Amino acid sequence: MVNGYAGKFLEIDLTNKKVSKITIPDRILQDYIGGRGLGVKILWDRLGNRWESIDPLGPENILLMLTGPLTGYFLGARICVTGKSPQGNGIIGSTVAGEFGVELKCAGYDGIIFTGKAEKPSYVFICDDKVEIKDASHIWGKTSRESMRYLVKDSISDIKKIHPNFGEFKEPSVLYIGPAGENKSRVASVEAKYAHAAGYGGYGGVMGSKNLKAVVVKGFRYLPDVADQDKMLELSQEFADNCFRIEFFRRWGTGSGGYTFGHDSSSEPVRNWQEEWHNEKSYKGEEFDKFWVKKYWGDYGCPVTCLKLAVLREGKYAGAVCDNPDYELEAFLGANLGIFSPEQNIYLSYIIEELGFCGIQGGAILGFAGELFQRGILSKEDLGGINLEWGNVDAFAELARKIAFREGIGDILAEGIYRAALKLEQMKKTEVLKYAIHLKGMAIGAHGLKSGKDMVTQTPIGYSVSVQAGDHTSSAALPIDGDGSELYSILSDSGVYCFFTTFTLEFDQIASFYRAVTGWELQNESWFNEKGLRILQLQRTVALLGGPDAEWRSKQDDTLPSRFWEPLPSGPYKGESIDKIEFEQLKSEYYLAVGWNEEGVPSSEILQKLDLRDVELKLKKEGFL
Amino acid sequence: MESVNQLWIKRIYEKCSGCRRCEIACSLYHEGKIWPEASRVRVFMFVPGVEIPHLCFQCDDYPCVQACPEEALSVDDRTGAVITDKSKCTACGTCIDACPGRVPHLHPQHDYIVICDLCGGNPKCTVSCQEGKWDSLVLLEGQDVESEKAPANTPKNLTYETAKAVLGEKTTEEVYEW
Repeated sequence: MVNGYAGKFLEIDLTNKKVSKITIPDRILQDYIGGRGLGVKILWDRLGNRWESIDPLGPENILLMLTGPLTGYFLGARICVTGKSPQGNGIIGSTVAGEFGVELKCAGYDGIIFTGKAEKPSYVFICDDKVEIKDASHIWGKTSRESMRYLVKDSISDIKKIHPNFGEFKEPSVLYIGPAGENKSRVASVEAKYAHAAGYGGYGGVMGSKNLKAVVVKGFRYLPDVADQDKMLELSQEFADNCFRIEFFRRWGTGSGGYTFGHDSSSEPVRNWQEEWHNEKSYKGEEFDKFWVKKYWGDYGCPVTCLKLAVLREGKYAGAVCDNPDYELEAFLGANLGIFSPEQNIYLSYIIEELGFCGIQGGAILGFAGELFQRGILSKEDLGGINLEWGNVDAFAELARKIAFREGIGDILAEGIYRAALKLEQMKKTEVLKYAIHLKGMAIGAHGLKSGKDMVTQTPIGYSVSVQAGDHTSSAALPIDGDGSELYSILSDSGVYCFFTTFTLEFDQIASFYRAVTGWELQNESWFNEKGLRILQLQRTVALLGGPDAEWRSKQDDTLPSRFWEPLPSGPYKGESIDKIEFEQLKSEYYLAVGWNEEGVPSSEILQKLDLRDVELKLKKEGFL
Repeated sequence: MESVNQLWIKRIYEKCSGCRRCEIACSLYHEGKIWPEASRVRVFMFVPGVEIPHLCFQCDDYPCVQACPEEALSVDDRTGAVITDKSKCTACGTCIDACPGRVPHLHPQHDYIVICDLCGGNPKCTVSCQEGKWDSLVLLEGQDVESEKAPANTPKNLTYETAKAVLGEKTTEEVYEW
């Protein structure tokens, strides 16, 4: 028995309805940890040699839901959802908070590996040793809330059959998709608990392509034993006390950003990134506060509870419920659409969650369509009668519905901004791609670079050289062992815990926690020069291989959307822009630091050093090296 | 039966953040492990946003104690908590049905019932809730117990009542009807 791990993974072949339990050797767990790291390893081993031919939305893709050794013990539990991404065609480690990972470990599993495609809409029910693939026809097509209602209710009665005399037991945990995922939208998320989503990557669409509506899990066992419980609990209390002291973050979560990122740092997407500054006082944190029914809302083990539960009780949109929204949704489903009313932003966030979109990728496609309408490239007729003017929340909500169900123009927009832009360019015979503010097929997080004042992105190359493209939770920076390094994101996504609880922590403190849980050492040196770097190389490699419908070349695609090169048009930082020479300089430094050649390809030297010879061979075979 | 309560844990459901740090503290104290379903306080979340920390209500007449055919349950006259004698308990489940809140539940691994014992007078759940300033679970003593004590209720009913308060009438359609 390995400490911190349940010791088993579920492998579910949806095509043949076959369930098996597999183990993964300790040495692989030691190198790849869990979550994102382990996911990358599993995907590479199984699909690497034919990566470019794997359709992310085809049955040959593999979908993973993985915990990490720290899930449940470290403050703030999450689950990592991954696979070949239908957005960038590489791998995104997409994590979502909640109890799912804890329930899964208590049921006896570290993760689930889904292969194939179910014959008809299905969901997977797990209660300890019992694993069943069940019919989901009755909930296919239903929105998030309705789906959850059926799933929880049905599963409770199934659990009652297994444990008739237990008394009351807690509800199972559920990961599910909404209509957007069912209809294989590339901007659909894997959702949990209504306002929670593994958004980046488009894995909701992957679930849909596998006819997998949901996974329900209930565990009656305990979290696996750890190596040194006293030490773990001592560190846990120390880390929690640190979190309790960060009053601002506990008070507002990220939800005060809707105003401050726009007004103070000029780094918020406004009307599809045409501007990054606004001074809409109606969008201040206090204006959202009025709709809160919970000041602190959070997930398993979290001392921060940065979510705020917001509810609209009156007016046209009464009944809408969402998580404040957080900053990203305030930006992408607010400012980015010309919406500056908290009430309308809460409503649209609720709609997006009901339909099962990623708030960022979904908001980006709405903003993209909004700009095409502004410029007369898409007419009201093209949009099926929708008058898509900035700030028209009902119009954006209706367009979101069309996208989720692939009605009319929605069929094209469901493909995400990059692919929709290519299609629309052909249809409209005009330039469209420049309005798709994407990097390697993914919309960029709501943190602009031009003002240089954003707290999240510390360098203009942050997105460009990231192995998760526009993902603001995995941006890159030098030094490679410094605070903003992508290797820290890989660490939290592989240990599978929330990095919002780690703001005051040094690497060594996290490594001590890891040692207390697993009994294994994790030296600074070995993470930043070896293990973490190895995961980074694998992710970079699959991002370069891409395919079959999109591929990226580092020389031209480790860049920024064209709009990001233009100077800021408004606000106190008007005229500020990104220096291209400095950008290229930083990029070269980064390539050198992580062992990539001048073309941005992992070099033979680093691949050999990291014992990734199969990767080197593949890159040679495909002409990258 | 005259009340012997000296301690009681007040629950303000609307304030529960859903962090479940109370469950972690409880199961570590009683089981030496992190064990959600063995915890004596369990946070039910039938509807996300409506989190219900559920634990023994210490009814004035202790119907569970009265109903137990094995005399395995007793009242700690110092704290007012229900104490389970594991050696006598046969896990028959009579106390579950006798409890108006359906609070007692089987231990997930052993053949006995678990009920909150107030950690012998120093409940760990209230400490974890207070340190995070969530204040959903508050330990009351003496006079306050008399005035604040609430009757036992089931997770389902509490969910329904709390959903109305937290989410409002318009949003309670998702409160499941079993």
